[in-house]
Amino acid sequence: MPDSFMPTSAEYFRILPEIVLTIAGTLIMFLAALLKERQKGILAPITLVGFAAAMAASVAAYTDPGTAFHDMIVVDGFTTFFRVLVMSVGFLAVLASSAYLRRENAEAGEFFALLLFSVTGQSLMAASNELIMIFIGLEISSIASYILAGYLRDDKRNNEAALKYFLLGSFATAFLLYGIAWIYGTTGSANLTEIRRVLAGGGAPSLTLVGGAAALMFVGFGFKISAAPFQVWAPDVYQGAPAPVSAFLSVGPKAAAFAALLRTYLIAFGPVAKDWAPFLWACALATMIIGNFAAIQQSNIKRLLAYSSIAHAGYILVAVTADSEIGSAAAMFYLAAYAFTNFGAFAVVTYVARKREQYTSIDDFAGLAERQPAMAAMLTIFLLSLIGVPLTGGFFGKFYIFKAALDSNLVWLTVLGLLNSAVAAYYYLRVLVVMYMKPAEASAETLPPAGAALTVAVYGSAIATLFLGIFPSFVLNFASKAALK
Amino acid sequence: MTLLDVVLFLPLAGFLLLLFVPKTASRAGALIVSLLIFAVSLGLVGPYWFANPQGYAFSTNISWIESPAIRYHVGIDGLSLWLVLLTTLLTPIAVLVSWKYIDHRAKEFYAFLILLEFGLIGVFVSIDLFLFYVFWEISLVPMYFLIGIWGHERRIYAAVKFFLYTMAGSMLMLAGIIYLYNRAGSFDYVDILSQIQSGRLVLDARAELLLFLAFFASFAIKVPLFPLHTWLPDAHVEAPTAGSVMLASVMLKMGTYGLLRYCLPLFPNAAHQSAPWVAALAITGIIYGALVAMVQPNMKKLVAYSSVSHLGFVVLGIFSFTQQGLDGAVYQMLNHGVSTGALFMLVGYMYERRHSLEIAAYGGVATPAPQLATVFLITTLASVGLPMLNNFVGEYLVLQGTAATNFTWTAFAALGVILSACYMLWLYQRAFFGKASESVTHHMYDLTPREWAAIVPLLALMVWMGTFTQTFIPAISTQNARILQVSRESRIERASIPAPVEVSRAR
Repeated sequence: MPDSFMPTSAEYFRILPEIVLTIAGTLIMFLAALLKERQKGILAPITLVGFAAAMAASVAAYTDPGTAFHDMIVVDGFTTFFRVLVMSVGFLAVLASSAYLRRENAEAGEFFALLLFSVTGQSLMAASNELIMIFIGLEISSIASYILAGYLRDDKRNNEAALKYFLLGSFATAFLLYGIAWIYGTTGSANLTEIRRVLAGGGAPSLTLVGGAAALMFVGFGFKISAAPFQVWAPDVYQGAPAPVSAFLSVGPKAAAFAALLRTYLIAFGPVAKDWAPFLWACALATMIIGNFAAIQQSNIKRLLAYSSIAHAGYILVAVTADSEIGSAAAMFYLAAYAFTNFGAFAVVTYVARKREQYTSIDDFAGLAERQPAMAAMLTIFLLSLIGVPLTGGFFGKFYIFKAALDSNLVWLTVLGLLNSAVAAYYYLRVLVVMYMKPAEASAETLPPAGAALTVAVYGSAIATLFLGIFPSFVLNFASKAALK
Repeated sequence: MTLLDVVLFLPLAGFLLLLFVPKTASRAGALIVSLLIFAVSLGLVGPYWFANPQGYAFSTNISWIESPAIRYHVGIDGLSLWLVLLTTLLTPIAVLVSWKYIDHRAKEFYAFLILLEFGLIGVFVSIDLFLFYVFWEISLVPMYFLIGIWGHERRIYAAVKFFLYTMAGSMLMLAGIIYLYNRAGSFDYVDILSQIQSGRLVLDARAELLLFLAFFASFAIKVPLFPLHTWLPDAHVEAPTAGSVMLASVMLKMGTYGLLRYCLPLFPNAAHQSAPWVAALAITGIIYGALVAMVQPNMKKLVAYSSVSHLGFVVLGIFSFTQQGLDGAVYQMLNHGVSTGALFMLVGYMYERRHSLEIAAYGGVATPAPQLATVFLITTLASVGLPMLNNFVGEYLVLQGTAATNFTWTAFAALGVILSACYMLWLYQRAFFGKASESVTHHMYDLTPREWAAIVPLLALMVWMGTFTQTFIPAISTQNARILQVSRESRIERASIPAPVEVSRAR
């Protein structure tokens, strides 16, 4: 047995965050079985501690960057950025869901364990330097997500969402795996840097084969990021899943999938970037247009946010199309800004929806500004950020993306993308209109103040959104340093 | 920290303060805050009182974001000085006119009004293009709420239309700003200008035209220039009085200010090239606005369309590329702010009494409310350009400047002056003369002291600006001369470009 077969302690240190998350998840499952019903309240705090510890471990792991396990894992700025991002999303998801679960009488350990496992998978995707690892991470994350989407198993909407997500999701992942097999067949490796070397070198394999593999893999990634034409599942799943789960699904898995997509396409397929740029261009534009124009017609807030999140995937694809270092940094920044903004918006939706999610129509937000002005103000911040109004993170995200696009001479994509965001303003404004300018119906049920945890999640997201909008340098500098070249 | 920083950030502080004062104290708080801001802003006149400094006064230039290099670079010059003062003057006035009118959710109302002031001042003092864009967008949000929450029946439609129109325009401007940054490596207006002037940054004709159009679209929507004006009547009619006043007096000036400050010096060739088209649109707007105003049965709509007509003069003056034309345009921006602001206030006063905006609901108002009638008459006369009152000076300068460029333009534009007399005097006749119906006599009480307090500063300004133009013009002229000079120099640099359409025949 060669010495190199035994992983060194430094290598373990580099996957410490995933180890921490897995241990926390397993611990939660044990505790859930052992604890008495009235003691279950401590599960959520333990999960929070788990996420916090994993974040600390991610930062610690970054003090000793490098690869691990035969180049299958890589710890660099890019990895750390996305690890911390998906863990923050997980952290917020716990805060947003604990009261929700209690309200639905569904407070059980497996929810938090699944959340931890899902984030483990996402974190692994961010750290993968190898297609098989990406696939494993994706599966870990997805399978947990499928169950989360159908978590309230007595609810028909939950069941439908989970089934749809599962069937379409596994179908799409199969494409990804098939694409990986092709790539392995043509280049003889699944390692991203190795693939790049082969593609860049003389006697590169036939472009048809590589292109076919890239396209197959894009089906898998496109599904996860809900890019057109693989976006159809998103509205149904986000609408059907429990609101805090939708909040989580709309940002966490998406960020991780983008991390994997960026790494695969910028690193491995970098040498053939010119050839797939037109496809990405069309895909980005189609995603923005489909997302925005479909969102205009929605009357359900969860569905509206689902289509809006499709549109936002389109904006990020613009950054991927730019195929440059600043494009990669812009996508990273945007994902961070979008994560907090969208999560916050869904968290407010969780609050307004109340028991059994009876109130998820846009009209149910009528008079919110008078009934709960603080919550309305927070949702306003999130919506303005989604529109892209200055001093919010969403604005700077858009700004950096379109700047990167113009740097890469994508003038038309920029103009069309910006006009798209003017269209988007219309449906976000509709929510503002209802909240501020329509009185609540006289018969409307009372809206009690939100619980402490949810309030913290909403305010925390709002502060992060504003922070990214007023002091973007902090995150952007890190993103620029960590961006993929 | 300079005085300008204080003037800029006081409204933001005031906004935050108003969020935390008790509901009952909000309007008094807003009045105190806005008066304080006005008092402080008067200090900005200092350097311009005796001398006429070139360049920027009170400038601050510190880094906000390192990469891309976005700087908090603000300053004031002869062009922005009066617009800032107009803003700070009109905000307390807007608070006063809302005193009784706004009775629900008053706290939010005043908070948004002060936030609006923050955005507007920021637009006029930003030197960094990015900062300019930030303020440009910020000012949109409070106005959207002011119209949407406290407006009349169709307020939501009007508010959304207002937001979307402006947003569509500003998106194009954002693309232009980013493109300019990628070429010049800076958002700093002064820096970009010097690069263009010195020939370090050379835009090819197509890029320059597209950039010009991107900026122009955004500004033209805001002005609004025919045929992009359709949001304006809706917004004006539906907005509460204070909203109409701020919208007409200050917000529309953001567009003309942008044209003058950015379109002319940054893209001189494209600006000259497009001048005939722009002038044609401006003249169409002047005449069309006036004709439509004439047939309006609704007072507020009438004043709104008169704005389209008046703003046409401003755009025409700017695109005449003459000193008088530019001076007149800027002066007309201020005049319009004063006199149309006053008209909207007076219409608002009348609405508060009679609860109708239809001209037909009035008639004979002069009998029960002679003071109101007098004030309205002075304002009407100012608006139609009677000599010794403010509008006359601006319109005259614009027409004179335009005549030097193209006399045909002047001839058509002058029609607007005549038409304005028709629709305004006819409005006055129908509303104030004739026999007062019983309901008019019953409802139309005369001006209250609070209403007097709000309108007197504007009446004084109408006379002052119509007689002592020397108070205001020198600062404006200096700045305009510079803009023209920059615009001319940058053009000579690029003489090799295929000659644009000849517009300076008479020069």
